[in-house]
Amino acid sequence: MSLWDGVCAVFMVAGAFFCLAGTVGVLRFPDVYCRLHALTKVDNLGLGLVVVGLALQSGSWATALELLLVWLFVLISSAFTCQLIARAALRRGAAPWTGRREP
Amino acid sequence: MTAALLDACLALCLPLLAWLVLRTESLSQSVVLFVAMGLLSALAWARLDAPDISLVEAAVGTGLTGALLMHTLSWTDERPPDVAARARHRPWAVVAMAALTGMLGWAVLSLPSDDPGLTREVDAHLAESGVEHPVTAVLLNYRGYDTLLEIAVLLVAVLGARAVNPRSERTTPEPSRDPLTGELFRMMTPALLLVAGYLVWVGEHGPGGAFQAGAILAGGGVVALLTTRLGTPRMSSWRVRWALLTGPLLFIGAAVAPLFSGRALLEYREAQAGTVIFVVELALTVSIAMVLWMFFPGMRPARAERSGKEPS
Repeated sequence: MSLWDGVCAVFMVAGAFFCLAGTVGVLRFPDVYCRLHALTKVDNLGLGLVVVGLALQSGSWATALELLLVWLFVLISSAFTCQLIARAALRRGAAPWTGRREP
Repeated sequence: MTAALLDACLALCLPLLAWLVLRTESLSQSVVLFVAMGLLSALAWARLDAPDISLVEAAVGTGLTGALLMHTLSWTDERPPDVAARARHRPWAVVAMAALTGMLGWAVLSLPSDDPGLTREVDAHLAESGVEHPVTAVLLNYRGYDTLLEIAVLLVAVLGARAVNPRSERTTPEPSRDPLTGELFRMMTPALLLVAGYLVWVGEHGPGGAFQAGAILAGGGVVALLTTRLGTPRMSSWRVRWALLTGPLLFIGAAVAPLFSGRALLEYREAQAGTVIFVVELALTVSIAMVLWMFFPGMRPARAERSGKEPS
């Protein structure tokens, strides 16, 4: 295992960690807005790191570019879905969490 | 090792998700779980070395069907299903399911385990088919009549869908012009067109083709329906009818033409086969996109207008 492989592995493990953290956030966070935050920000960072790791490992520019495109499209769609879901939740009257424990 | 782990994970998750889809009490949850199951089964097809099916599963089985189910959900007043009535039917359902599973399992196990099937014949004649991708060769050359009949089925299906829901009103513009959804449409449309065009072109020598490209285009159409003022296409419009019929008519033409020079149905000339297949696929893409797009109902009927808030 060369140094290069090690660098790729670090990227991918970091990506996997952020994905895991995002999932824990979705399961544990108190309201829909916080969960959206975990889902659409932390997971995108995780995916980006995994993509960087894979792109470094792929060994060809074309594959690396394809992987980056995948990330770009996920970024675009999650940015939009986050806003759309948050707005729909707000319209339906889902109250944002204020930090106080529920009575 | 890693591959085996992934496969085992898929094999465990798919039945679990299927069970959860059936079991969950809330309709919206079961729709979300259904979409997740579709994505995992697309992954399973990819693991089975069937990228063509994987693409269709992801685009049609998950994307379009998911959007259709979600949209339908917004029409209905969600009620939890009648648990008591369900329980009464459960023993019979279990017996029927067990019988069906047993039959399917028996059928799968009775297949010869290491049989290449017709792979050798397909590979041997690939040079004559006009394309380089065996799946496209099977779909549009060797078994072209299957695809032809499938297109006819799709046409009948869209007639049925339109008969059930003939509404095609334009959505009323929102009071405040929505910057988000319009921007989404503007950003995604060029990429969607590019991907669809690429898929038709790549079908000649790799996974892709009319169905995948049509599904992608229809997905873009659904986004357009939801985000712009464009109404559902009307069956009464001549342009829509021609778009629906271009693919089938051209395909029938290509199928019948060899008969006039004394060959069999769908027996293309070897030199022209590639061009014929490409033109037919291009026309089929338009028709399939139109069919799939027209499954998507336009506005929600007024009587199903939801009042009040979502029960939590």
